[in-house]
Amino acid sequence: MTSTLTPVRKRSALTRGQLPKAAPYIVLAVALILGAAILALIGFNAFGWGIVSAILFAAGLVGWSLVVEGARKAKDKLATCLVVGAFLVALLPLFSVIWTVLINGLPGLLDPGFLTTSMNGVTGAFDNKTVEEGAPLLGGIYHALMGTLLITVLATLISVPVGLLTAIYLVEYGEDRALARAITFFVDVMTGIPSIVAGLFAAAAFFAVVGPGTKTGAVAAVALSVLMIPVVVRSSEEMLKIVPNELREAAYALGVRKWRTILKVVLPTAISGIASGITLAIARVIGETAPILVTAGFATTINTNVFSGWMASLPTFIYTQILNPTSPSNPDPSSQRAWGAALVLIILVMLLNLGARLIARIFAPKTGR
Amino acid sequence: MSKRIDVKDLNVYYSKFLAVEGVNINIDAKSVTAFIGPSGCGKSTFLRTLNRMHEVIPGGRVEGEVLLDGDNLYGPGVDPVTVRSQIGMVFQRPNPFPTMSIRDNVLAGVKLNNTKISKGEADVLVERSLQGANLWNEVKDRLTKPGSGLSGGQQQRLCIARAIAVEPQVILMDEPCSALDPISTLAIEDLINELKDQYTVVIVTHNMQQAARVSDKTAFFNIAGTGKPGKLIEFGDTPTIFSNPTEKATEDYVSGRFG
Repeated sequence: MTSTLTPVRKRSALTRGQLPKAAPYIVLAVALILGAAILALIGFNAFGWGIVSAILFAAGLVGWSLVVEGARKAKDKLATCLVVGAFLVALLPLFSVIWTVLINGLPGLLDPGFLTTSMNGVTGAFDNKTVEEGAPLLGGIYHALMGTLLITVLATLISVPVGLLTAIYLVEYGEDRALARAITFFVDVMTGIPSIVAGLFAAAAFFAVVGPGTKTGAVAAVALSVLMIPVVVRSSEEMLKIVPNELREAAYALGVRKWRTILKVVLPTAISGIASGITLAIARVIGETAPILVTAGFATTINTNVFSGWMASLPTFIYTQILNPTSPSNPDPSSQRAWGAALVLIILVMLLNLGARLIARIFAPKTGR
Repeated sequence: MSKRIDVKDLNVYYSKFLAVEGVNINIDAKSVTAFIGPSGCGKSTFLRTLNRMHEVIPGGRVEGEVLLDGDNLYGPGVDPVTVRSQIGMVFQRPNPFPTMSIRDNVLAGVKLNNTKISKGEADVLVERSLQGANLWNEVKDRLTKPGSGLSGGQQQRLCIARAIAVEPQVILMDEPCSALDPISTLAIEDLINELKDQYTVVIVTHNMQQAARVSDKTAFFNIAGTGKPGKLIEFGDTPTIFSNPTEKATEDYVSGRFG
């Protein structure tokens, strides 16, 4: 008698052999042990261990898969290994940088008064005392922090109107005219300007207009604007371009003038992207060293007037503390201050990036019901 | 509160390309006129010339006259913004402003122009416009919610409410139902029937049953071939166009024997 029941089989006809779920972990463990053994023969080091284990892991997993699962799955595993490997390689320097700065910078940052005092009056004698007699470390980055914030804010105040209006011209009025094409070309060229050239340009411009030797925070802000404007133009342009044309037409069809349409429909729709683009542009210039060195000089005292006198900033502070320690015979306190300042700078950039995400979320068009 | 439109010898260009040639048409006030024809025959392009939206496209220009109660829209010194505030438009895809609430979408024509309006007047205008678009009962409890949260059909009716809130003389509709389901389409068609008591309505549609259902007069546009300009083939009362057209091409198209 023929049965209508499906015959009971061990495996589905639709699948081939499958690796156990724990396969990657088993291969990883074996690869790590084998890697350690191989490295032990030629002299152990952690970096080599990682590389050898990774290669063993990829080869092992792909080979095992090829035997059990067949060529297609093996290729899939190989691609996964390559992608994940590339990702790890890309992340390695990032974590390494953050780790190094954190380890070296924390003692300086946790030093009392580091964020609230300047280097005014802190001489090599104090540093010598710190090292030789264990006296508390004096001096801080307050002046540099204020300088960086003021210069960056001024640079933003210059760059955002110029950059945003340029982007609006390019997208809304340019219509592929010769002028628009020329602007696009020169913005692209400006993106590639070395930062030291921007610094020299700003310095030369102020030397010519105000007087030789003019070094103030404002000159540095102009130099940073030269670097920042193309970034703002580019990002704002992209954001304005993705505003659907239908929205502009909807506004026109209601009898709304073009400038009002841009101001009240196009900009609000694109504002989240524009704002986060601007924040990223700020993050990009806040760590510039060379242009500030030639435009604002470096100071050890607090100067909150961007229009007069030399001004310190975090990058130049780090540069001078490392290159010319306050006490040439005992450079350790200076180095600690430099690492502390570097940590503050990285924290600033991270805050800016977080701010960009926050801004993008706050301004994003709402879709709730 | 509605005006008639008379078009005389209108040629429509995209830069050098002649897209629509030699249109003469008289659209009565307080009537529904449907434009039908195959894709690419220039009916949407022609519709957009009726409120000077065509020139928004780079290279778009026209020759000829469009008279709104005798005043030429393309006369020297005519401000396109004035024209568009008198002749409203509803687009193929619903396009409420994503940054605005339902209420603000309805008030967009007023608010974007910075016209001062008291809260009381605004409330009245919002309710009247949404009533006019048959949307009031569905959204009256969530006026402050974003317009993009509505269904497609509701969004399209929101766009119609937005268009009638500025109290135009004429409403142009460019395939307003092509992205909607039959139920929403029915709601819009009912609405068009009510709108013609107050407004002159011109509608472009691919759906011939829809043209037959909603319009008083129908214009058939056709194109001789790719790269040739579109032309107005026949214009007349809707029943005549669908049952007893004079032109062979019209008969072929409305009876489905086209091509």
